[in-house]
Amino acid sequence: MSAAVDTRPAAPAPAARVPSPLARRSWKAPITFGVLGLAALVLFGLLPSGGKETTFAIGASGTWFHLTDFTIPSKAGAIVLSLICLALAGYAAWRVRDGHKPGRWVGAVFGVAWVLAFLTWAVAGKSVSIVSLLQSSLVLAVPLAFGAMGGLLGERAGVVNIAIEGQLLTGAFGAALVASVTHSVYAGLIAAPVAGLLIGSLLALFTVKYRVNQIIVGVVLNVLAVGLTSFLYASVLKPNEATLNSPPRLQAVSIPVLANIPVVGPVLFRQTILVYLLYVAVVVLTISLFRTRWGLRVRAVGEHPLAADTVGINVQATRWRNVLLGSMVAGLGGAFFTLGSVGKFAQEMTAGKGYIALAAMILGRWTPIGSLGAALLFGFANALQLVLSVLDVPVPNQLMLMLPYLVTIVAVAGLVGRVRGPAAAGEPYVKE
Amino acid sequence: MSDEILPGATSPTIGMPQPEAPTPGAPAGGATSEDRAASMLRRIATGEIGVSVLAFVLALVIGGILIAAVDPDVTKAAGYFFSRPSDLLTAAWDSVTQAYSAMFKGAVFNPDAATFQQAIRPLTETMTVATPLIIAALGVAVGFRAGLFNIGAQGQVILGATLGGYVGFAWHLPVGLHLLVALVGGILGGAIWAGIAGFLRARTGAHEVIVTIMLNYVALYLLSYLLTTDAFTIPGSNQPTSPGVDESAQLPLLLGDWSRLNAGFIVAILAAVFVWWLMTRSVIGFRFRAVGSNPHASRTAGVSISTTIVLVMVTSGALAGLAGAVQILGTEKQLSAGIAGSLGFDAITVALLGRSRPLGIFLAGLLYGGLDVGGRVMEAATGTPIDIVLVIQALVVLFIAAPPLVRAIFHLPDPTAPRRAKVRPEPVVKGASA
Repeated sequence: MSAAVDTRPAAPAPAARVPSPLARRSWKAPITFGVLGLAALVLFGLLPSGGKETTFAIGASGTWFHLTDFTIPSKAGAIVLSLICLALAGYAAWRVRDGHKPGRWVGAVFGVAWVLAFLTWAVAGKSVSIVSLLQSSLVLAVPLAFGAMGGLLGERAGVVNIAIEGQLLTGAFGAALVASVTHSVYAGLIAAPVAGLLIGSLLALFTVKYRVNQIIVGVVLNVLAVGLTSFLYASVLKPNEATLNSPPRLQAVSIPVLANIPVVGPVLFRQTILVYLLYVAVVVLTISLFRTRWGLRVRAVGEHPLAADTVGINVQATRWRNVLLGSMVAGLGGAFFTLGSVGKFAQEMTAGKGYIALAAMILGRWTPIGSLGAALLFGFANALQLVLSVLDVPVPNQLMLMLPYLVTIVAVAGLVGRVRGPAAAGEPYVKE
Repeated sequence: MSDEILPGATSPTIGMPQPEAPTPGAPAGGATSEDRAASMLRRIATGEIGVSVLAFVLALVIGGILIAAVDPDVTKAAGYFFSRPSDLLTAAWDSVTQAYSAMFKGAVFNPDAATFQQAIRPLTETMTVATPLIIAALGVAVGFRAGLFNIGAQGQVILGATLGGYVGFAWHLPVGLHLLVALVGGILGGAIWAGIAGFLRARTGAHEVIVTIMLNYVALYLLSYLLTTDAFTIPGSNQPTSPGVDESAQLPLLLGDWSRLNAGFIVAILAAVFVWWLMTRSVIGFRFRAVGSNPHASRTAGVSISTTIVLVMVTSGALAGLAGAVQILGTEKQLSAGIAGSLGFDAITVALLGRSRPLGIFLAGLLYGGLDVGGRVMEAATGTPIDIVLVIQALVVLFIAAPPLVRAIFHLPDPTAPRRAKVRPEPVVKGASA
């Protein structure tokens, strides 16, 4: 997780208000860390009664050597981990006082220590498998990461894509229908981006050609996608559940050698083809957005379309292409719901994941790698909730269900704050 | 730092999607009287009202195609299309007209009913369903006009219903006062919930779209958690529903026992008038709109952007919360996890359809309420899934937002195109060949 706090002002400060060096320092990160660390110390360390032990399982079958589980006393463990959190908060405060940024690693280490403190407390007296927790985090992050990348492809070219939710949903629908009819997961994986394209082309038509407010079109297209898929589900799929809505599931594929590395292997390299496609997409998009001529042009269109137009880049065509491409990437992510997870289509099955993907994109600062990181964070929060709801932990399940959303709010407000996206995102371009 | 210009606030005011839309009443230019009459006619056909009507027609046509396409009778007739093509058309026509007439009977007027009361009961039901929609959409619209996209109406409705409902069933106050306090409770619930998003936006720059969406889910789970606690459930019951709201806190019925229409409808009208006054006649509303259309200029003029943002969100949430309170005190009378339905999300589309103007929202809310109520009757009568209503609703908003598309489909001229373009003589080069 990126915790580097942007101390630059978001907009150029007007000359009349020259900010003092003190005012430019952002105390947001140290304060957030401090409050969270104190809460951890009190809630997880000091308040609970002692005498229990927490077991972390890190082994998995089929690796080169078996790692044994390790067990720590719950109370002492939580106290030590929260003290580490508080020490990091202090370090961050010291760095900020000296006018530096706290550094990204501080946020990362803080996050890990805080989550471990929480786990040590929540799983007291029981055992939790770290490998399966991380495995399901990655799996749950798949639609979010694809959605976020679909979103950033559009925004980098200046078109806000709120319709990620709709693209995920139609992608899920298309994948389920085609995979059921053809009895082939691969046909489903091809159908998903095509179905996402349906929403994407409407988005491009209305925002690029007719210059309608992009957020409005996105929101309405989400409603349209829910309506269309639910209508077709109820009238076509449901009466023919066996033939039209029972797609084959994606099977996990082990990558030789890599899958045998302890911990890392089972988590990263014993996944479905969709996860491997995600790795490819992140690498390809990162290189092509930031290292190729195409990427430079796309970013130019997103930052300053007039300038791009002046040097001969076709702004509208670039936007069309990127929105379409983005909707295909998001649509592919939709295949996760029907081919990867549930195994059949259900009404409104994306359940707001598209909006979380949007948050992941912003949290990841409009970069593929950052989006993947943010998606993993949400995936982890989600997986944690699933694991803990089975374990009968001392927190009510409804409050655990809030966790991914609260994490988002804390992350967006406390750590990221005023980030700057592509400057021209949301603005229709009118050629003079 | 707090008065930094916020990203996103610079976008043109949402809810007025096409700046080139003709303002009704503004003369098209110095024209003669007969010219004016003609231009008036053309404005009606091609302007805002005409486009809205045509957009609705288009949406109904596309919805009709979908209804016909999935009807088993139609697919059967399509199987022998080449031997008897008329069968397909008849079957399609029947399927669409049956669905839409069932919808009309369910939403407006039922001519088959025995008594007049039963005949107009669908209309009162439409008004009942439209009531919270209108109020919540007014809240969303306040945000739009100030350049803030409050997608969190859903969460604010839930909080409003929770607090309003709690006052309604847990406190026991005298008649009159009880209802008032319960409504205020709802307003407070929504205002606080939206205020969190506004505060975070103003203080830390966290984008309100993200925060309000996340708060929707937090509100949903908060309510389902509360419904497991003793304070919110009927003593001795495991059901996740609250006790019923006291009689003294319920919104009185307007027409008697035969209809669910209640005083909430009057609250909705009052809310619409209030929003009209706030946005067009008050200083605060002027600031809201100023920040929405040009935050840089507003700040230069001495308007505090962060204070305005918090105020806008609080006002927006207060209305959404009121909608939640009206929902529970008027129709539901009992708190359950699904109290808000999809009210908050529908409110966004209603606000868009009504172009963020109070009167437009009032009419759009009635249209939406009618589609919802009629859709339910249609589903029961003809088996057409109610989800088609969502498709029609989304299409209406899409088409209304893009008048050039609607005009292109119906081959209508653009009323805002410069007149002289038509007067201009043909280029000489072309004339030579003629």
